[in-house]
Amino acid sequence: MPRHAAFTAAAALVAMASAMPLAAETAPQDVAYDDIGAIAEPLSETAGNPEEGAKIYADKGTGNCVACHAISARTDAEFQGNIGPSLDGAGDRWSVEQLRGIVADAKRTFPESMMPSMYKTAGYVRPGDAFTGKAGTEPLPPLLNAQQIEDVVAYIATLKE
Amino acid sequence: MTIPFRRAALAAMACALALPALAETAPESTDPIVINGGEVELQTAAPAPEHLDGALDEIYSGWLFRDPDTQTMQTDDFENPGMIFVDQGMDEWNMVEGEAGKSCASCHEDVSESMKGVRATTPKVNKDGALWSVEDYVNDCRTSRMQAEALDWNGDRMKNLTALISMQSRGMPMDVAIDGAAQPFWEQGKEMYYTRYGQLELACSNCHEDHYGDWIRADHLSQGQTNGFPVYRLKDAGLVSQHNRFRGCIRDTRAETFPIGSDEFRALELYVASRGNGLPVEGVSVRH
Ligand code: HEC
Ligand code: HEC
Repeated sequence: MPRHAAFTAAAALVAMASAMPLAAETAPQDVAYDDIGAIAEPLSETAGNPEEGAKIYADKGTGNCVACHAISARTDAEFQGNIGPSLDGAGDRWSVEQLRGIVADAKRTFPESMMPSMYKTAGYVRPGDAFTGKAGTEPLPPLLNAQQIEDVVAYIATLKE
Repeated sequence: MTIPFRRAALAAMACALALPALAETAPESTDPIVINGGEVELQTAAPAPEHLDGALDEIYSGWLFRDPDTQTMQTDDFENPGMIFVDQGMDEWNMVEGEAGKSCASCHEDVSESMKGVRATTPKVNKDGALWSVEDYVNDCRTSRMQAEALDWNGDRMKNLTALISMQSRGMPMDVAIDGAAQPFWEQGKEMYYTRYGQLELACSNCHEDHYGDWIRADHLSQGQTNGFPVYRLKDAGLVSQHNRFRGCIRDTRAETFPIGSDEFRALELYVASRGNGLPVEGVSVRH
């Protein structure tokens, strides 16, 4: 196969991969937020797993929510941040739809929030390639994928007072 | 179902508007840094400069936000691991190098006289209208007067020299000019300070203005002042230049950072320095 043909085929695959995410996942650019920033429909087909969500919450390499939030029951986390509010009782304060919206893109619920948008891929100032300090190319991979968002949301929804 | 939640959200938002989630926390005490049993006393707080327009009430040294062990290291020049590099900077000062057969001392003689106040007023606009950091002045002397090679901005030799030069202003309040020829650079730096860079969309101001005193995990946020630079950073076991610190903070927002020694970082250096106008130069501080 001539070189340029191989290149075109590969490019087509890449284009397909980004245009059509895994079956029945809503891609970041297709998410429908309502006027208060909530997302009605789950982003993935598989229901969120709160145990996985609890891990992602504290994992430095993925959610790292613990950098800014505290949950009293999380005695496993040695240091918890206090940039954002304590999430104790967050499952009472917010519906699952609202939590999904907050985790996916908090700025639609709290304008100007310091909380990073976890399910967003473009529109950044000097987007980087992860933590290398080098330039990244948009669309960037979102900070959390659709299933991870569902898992974290399922976990936060369990936090009741 | 959705209606009560909507109300809850609106109520939460109204509450957020009245009481934004900005939790600047003033340090518990603002004791001075007492060095060598009282020989030197450095104030750790000062009224915020006017140009901040109330964004901060008071300005604080990063020293106040460090743990007691780290603080103690800065209270004795023998315990301060940065001082060894000041000594090496003195060797550098006296070292003849380059075609002209000169050292820094050949022209500037006694560093404690000729370099006094330099750190407190730099970066500043030079005679040709460019904004220069201490590193630029050093390299200009090296290339044009010593006819030697420029030093690497982030290399040990340069950091040793900037540490030596910084020490000659220890105790003098930071006092960089922000008006006249400096103003466009200052505006550029200010714009950068409030820009939310990278995939995490965080500006310097998010961490160091809105949330100083708070914790990002195990990191206790300071106001990100630069009067202690170059700092001896325990984590790196060495001196850290201002531009290297800026690079690290921007990289941590998952952004494409700016190069050390870039015009952008010179402008940011001026703006951040101006936020600390009034805090004393710490010479070589110790941070973790
Ligand atoms: C860099 C800081 C930061 C990170 C990281 C962060 N948040 Fe937040 N979060 C905030 C802030 C600040 C608020 C308060 C909203 C505002 O901006 O006014 C908030 C609000 C929230 C709320 C609403 C809180 C309430 O009790 O009403 C939830 C839920 C939440 N965050 C969940 C998460 C989850 C889950 C993660 C990780 C996947 C996360 N946050 C990561 C800063 C952060
Ligand atoms: C995500 C949070 C975050 C952002 C955004 C951030 N920093 Fe920092 N910065 C830190 C942390 C954490 C430290 C180490 C603890 C401290 O001194 O605050 C630090 C330290 C510093 C220091 C050293 C202070 C000292 O006394 O040693 C300076 C200077 C600084 N930052 C400047 C900046 C500038 C300028 C920007 C924007 C270009 C910036 N920071 C953006 C988190 C941040």
